[in-house]
Amino acid sequence: MIKALSSKIFFRSILIFNAVMVLVPVLFLINSSLRETNDFARNPIKLATSPHWANFSNVWADGAFATYLKNSLIITVGSTALILTLALGAGFVLGRYTFKSQNLIMGFILSGMLVPAKLAILPLFIQLKWMHLLDSHIGLILVYTSGALPAAIFIMSGFFRSLPADLDSAARIDGASEFQLLRLVLTPLVRPGLSIVAIYSAIPIWNDFFLPLVFLQTPEKKTIMQGLTVFFGEYSSQWGIIFAGLTLAALPLIVLYLILSEQFIKGLTAGAVKG
Amino acid sequence: MSRSGLQREQRKFTFLLLAPGLLTVVIFTSVPALTTLSYAFFHWKGFQRGTFAGFENFHRLFSFPFRDQFLMALRHNVLVFVGIFTLQTTIGILIAYSLYRMIKGQRFFRTVTFLPVIFSLVIVGYMWQALLDPFYGPINNILHSIGLDSFARTWLGSTSTALPTLVFINLWRWVGFPAIIFLSGFNAINQEYLEAARIDGASEGQIFRKVMFPLLAPSMTIVAILTFIGAFEWFDLPYVLGGSSGGPAGATDTLALMFYRLSFGSVDSGANEIGIGSALGVLIFSIVGVGAAFGSKYLRSREVDV
Repeated sequence: MIKALSSKIFFRSILIFNAVMVLVPVLFLINSSLRETNDFARNPIKLATSPHWANFSNVWADGAFATYLKNSLIITVGSTALILTLALGAGFVLGRYTFKSQNLIMGFILSGMLVPAKLAILPLFIQLKWMHLLDSHIGLILVYTSGALPAAIFIMSGFFRSLPADLDSAARIDGASEFQLLRLVLTPLVRPGLSIVAIYSAIPIWNDFFLPLVFLQTPEKKTIMQGLTVFFGEYSSQWGIIFAGLTLAALPLIVLYLILSEQFIKGLTAGAVKG
Repeated sequence: MSRSGLQREQRKFTFLLLAPGLLTVVIFTSVPALTTLSYAFFHWKGFQRGTFAGFENFHRLFSFPFRDQFLMALRHNVLVFVGIFTLQTTIGILIAYSLYRMIKGQRFFRTVTFLPVIFSLVIVGYMWQALLDPFYGPINNILHSIGLDSFARTWLGSTSTALPTLVFINLWRWVGFPAIIFLSGFNAINQEYLEAARIDGASEGQIFRKVMFPLLAPSMTIVAILTFIGAFEWFDLPYVLGGSSGGPAGATDTLALMFYRLSFGSVDSGANEIGIGSALGVLIFSIVGVGAAFGSKYLRSREVDV
């Protein structure tokens, strides 16, 4: 009995220790973003009792930051929308129809899941240059779409396959066209799959650093993660502004995560966990 | 609708819905991936392809000055893999098992555990740079204030501590991922085995070691392979905190950083070395591909069939 209780306390304290390790740095970041630079320099560890909101307006006043955020938003939303649309259609066809080249196409998609984007970065660079898609948001959106699409199609075709076959014949008997069947009958039923694919695609794209670093050169086109490196260089000892910038870049995702944590965990571990 | 009419509509639909996606993947993934190998066998001047080079690029990669850079970077990648894998597996399993044993309040701790995984490594890197700042960072401040002055140091600025510090930061950001994978591994274990062991009088510790740990093998395979790939493509964190040359003094240089320097490092002056960069790229992906293939084969064979 005592042994069971002590092991319970042991495992609980591990989780509490872990939570402290995770939360303290994040809270330190947010707290410091509300402190004045000189105040921070005098004593880095202190609560922001009277929030110094000017840090945030200073970050915003540097117009570049807002541009970086806007660019990241365009690229992330654009890629995710394209991935969802294409994966919905392809997943429907592969999950619901039977046709001759189906296994071949499925094999191609599985092999596409194994190719890491970094492997192809040099030829891709030259190819994009040749297509006039280098240093452009559209080019980056297409590269992200291509990278995430195989896994997205794989996930969606699984969701489509798991729906009962009677749905299709019933809808067809009622006179639904194939497009109506997809849009009105099946799409609402694969919504959990779409949310997994959305998170699986959007978070890594929002967070990505490597591809924008290589493909985007014009300062006005850069994403927030690239922008942060510029920002950090520019304001290297202005702590208030630095912390406010980091907080501003991190906060949207933290808030979304707190609302949708279950979907986040499912989406980001999709592909690593079966089922 | 007649049967053949339906078939015609389905054929049209199949083409309309599959073609755009497949075409995108072919153009932006397959074609570049297939041509990448050939790049290593040509001379390059900036982004202009020259004559056939045979194995010259590989030869130059293994001569001065690239050879020493390559070997040092490779050594760092190996150390990073061993360090991250050992730490995150041990800590990840410990967290996962603690979560598994906790019935009430599991959700809160699970959410917290996974939180850092959603952060960009750029944000994580800068956050820790501030935390570890030699003068203003709270970590050194705390060490000073509790009288452990000798432990305070320039964590990211000295060659002896920079790489271990980066490994720690990476661990902070990523350990939630294996923890959640291991947790789902624990949850997938059939309760009947555990009941049977309990009836036989096994202690919880014995059950963990003799029953649960071996059944965790599939999760272990996934974590090991993903960690291996991640460690040999390690780029973001060392770039953000040490720059493209893996500072201080190359102490955090990695193969991916070296690849980036060779391929894009001096693009503006046209002095980048695409040929040698591609040769290095081919080597990195041979290491990753062969390692992951053999690793998963070996690890799979250890998984128990139930």
